[in-house]
Amino acid sequence: MTKTEHVYVMYIDSTPNRIFDAIVKPEFARQYWLHENHSDWRPGSSWEHRDRETGQAKIVGKVVESNPPHRLVFTWAAAAEAKDPNAYSRVTFDIEPLDGMVKLTVTHDELIPGSSMEKGITNGWPRVLSSLKSFLETGKPLPIWAKAAAR
Amino acid sequence: MDAVFKALADPGRRKLLDRLFESPGLTLGQLCEQMDMTRQAVSQHLALLEQANLVSTVWRGREKLHFLNPVPIHEVYDRWVKKFERQSMRALAQLKKRLEGERHD
Repeated sequence: MTKTEHVYVMYIDSTPNRIFDAIVKPEFARQYWLHENHSDWRPGSSWEHRDRETGQAKIVGKVVESNPPHRLVFTWAAAAEAKDPNAYSRVTFDIEPLDGMVKLTVTHDELIPGSSMEKGITNGWPRVLSSLKSFLETGKPLPIWAKAAAR
Repeated sequence: MDAVFKALADPGRRKLLDRLFESPGLTLGQLCEQMDMTRQAVSQHLALLEQANLVSTVWRGREKLHFLNPVPIHEVYDRWVKKFERQSMRALAQLKKRLEGERHD
């Protein structure tokens, strides 16, 4: 079956190190993503995307490549589908300085077209990236996320 | 943000974004097959969309693949839509749906 992919680009007034940390460090991710990413971030290690309130793993996968602060690649599947090898898609973060800003490219590929995961991530990434930009540039995540954070 | 509105202010460019929404990762050639425009026009429109960051591109071998990048549109939404009560937006959307009938769902 032909898999599909989506490519998201965001320009952020920050540094590659801060962006990389915002992805891999739970204390940052929880603020703008409402989730935390947990791993030792070594290639081959597993990682988990956990709900910051319940600690429950929502997304799981393996680290494919880690080259801080330029590139991070991991596989991605709903925790409930962790046993199904076909359920795994792949996420790549490319972080490159450009004209005084940093260009963050998120490539989410190996997705099953029309799957609920594809729908979920196309809804999710623009929101997460907007919130990340706001968090890094102003110190505040986006209002809708901040509201949830205050609960 | 000026670039985003300028890029969206053209029906041909909006149609290109619709195509990329339906089929992510099309090449210039594939987009031209589906558009009633010269290759040069499609290419110029794509350059403008890319400049506005509404289209992201990836080189795969000798092929340049194009993707809809909705992130800047989400920023527009964050700035002017989300501020207003979500509740009332939802009520309006439901009213619109009811007035227009189920067949438009």
